[in-house]
Amino acid sequence: MARFPALIRRAAALAAVLALLPAPVLADAPRPEIPRGKGDKCVEPTEVMRRDHMKFILRHRDETMHRGIRTKKYSLAECINCHVPKAEDPARQVHVSSPKHFCSSCHTYAAVTVDCFECHSDVPQETGVAKEDLVVPVHGSAPALDLEQEAARMAQAGGGAE
Amino acid sequence: MSENRTTDNGRRQFLGGALALGGITVAPGVFLMNVAGAKPAHEAVTSDVRWGLLVDTTKCADGCDACVRACQAENGWGGPDSNEVRSSDDQKAQWIRKVHLRNKQTGSTHSLPLMCQHCEHPPCEDVCPTGASFRRADGIVLVDKHICIGCRYCMMACPYKARSFIHEDLHGQKVNAPRGKGTVESCTLCVHRVDNDREPACVEACAAEGRRALIFGDMKDPGSEISQRLKRLGVRQLRADLGLNPGVHYEGV
Repeated sequence: MARFPALIRRAAALAAVLALLPAPVLADAPRPEIPRGKGDKCVEPTEVMRRDHMKFILRHRDETMHRGIRTKKYSLAECINCHVPKAEDPARQVHVSSPKHFCSSCHTYAAVTVDCFECHSDVPQETGVAKEDLVVPVHGSAPALDLEQEAARMAQAGGGAE
Repeated sequence: MSENRTTDNGRRQFLGGALALGGITVAPGVFLMNVAGAKPAHEAVTSDVRWGLLVDTTKCADGCDACVRACQAENGWGGPDSNEVRSSDDQKAQWIRKVHLRNKQTGSTHSLPLMCQHCEHPPCEDVCPTGASFRRADGIVLVDKHICIGCRYCMMACPYKARSFIHEDLHGQKVNAPRGKGTVESCTLCVHRVDNDREPACVEACAAEGRRALIFGDMKDPGSEISQRLKRLGVRQLRADLGLNPGVHYEGV
């Protein structure tokens, strides 16, 4: 009971400090300019991808490296293919060193280092993968795909399977 | 005790049933057992296949390095555009190299490509302190560069000198062959191609030269060309005495 008034007092002090701040600091904080991807939507909802993209990528990485699973969904190469535009002139190609690159646009803003591209390609390249991606969930802990929804989507896209 | 045993049996039967069910289907129309042909992209590799390579040294020409150049182009190492400018020649990447053998007594010479031999019992895997060196279920020996700490024990353990270490910052790597400073690398048997039913780049290049000194295939499939060829006289593994059972075989040395 004795602590309660102290809490209120602290909250009031904080409110006073916030009120003193110039309004633009709160309202118009600069936002990263994130380039749009090629497709209509990402492999997961944007909010999920924002928070959890590395979980998907890391899991897929291990599945590909050690078990030879080469589905396109969650593949880093496909992230780049969709999110980084290929420049006609190689000299004008946007690389991860530029803040205009999809990954660095946000990572620079959030001050989180990306080290994927010390080894991996940061620009689209032909992967030579001819096989169609199959939509069978293979990961136990990854969010399961809604197969009905996926089938409807494929049907809409024009059949897909023979 | 007897009660325990009954429980165990029950559990075994249940597990056996579950496995049998799992073996039939994972989804409507998708079978776990692949009867023939290509491995679907979502399926893991299995030990039902073991990839191997046969080098017919009688067809390998002295002075021809088509396999080496094809490997460089495919995997983005070496060549005039290499980022390894400060490394000495014996430090530079070397996934595959041409070796010349000469018998001092008879003077006979052989020319052959030497690369990772994809051993069944790879010493590189044995000595790796982090588990970065590993052998895939289908026999391809790889370095998981995400785990590699660059200690280079594997380079010392390999009797074929098949591995190299990257000393410098690299740029413009190939999408299918990520490579980076501070990690060890070697021939991957073009694993990205093999997983998509294609042959390694060196094998393709050798055939394009009209030599066909390199034969690639599944050594566990008795009908495959490589299985037939491995039965012939004069086919051997290099340093077979080490008992590593390499997947790469040589004919005519």
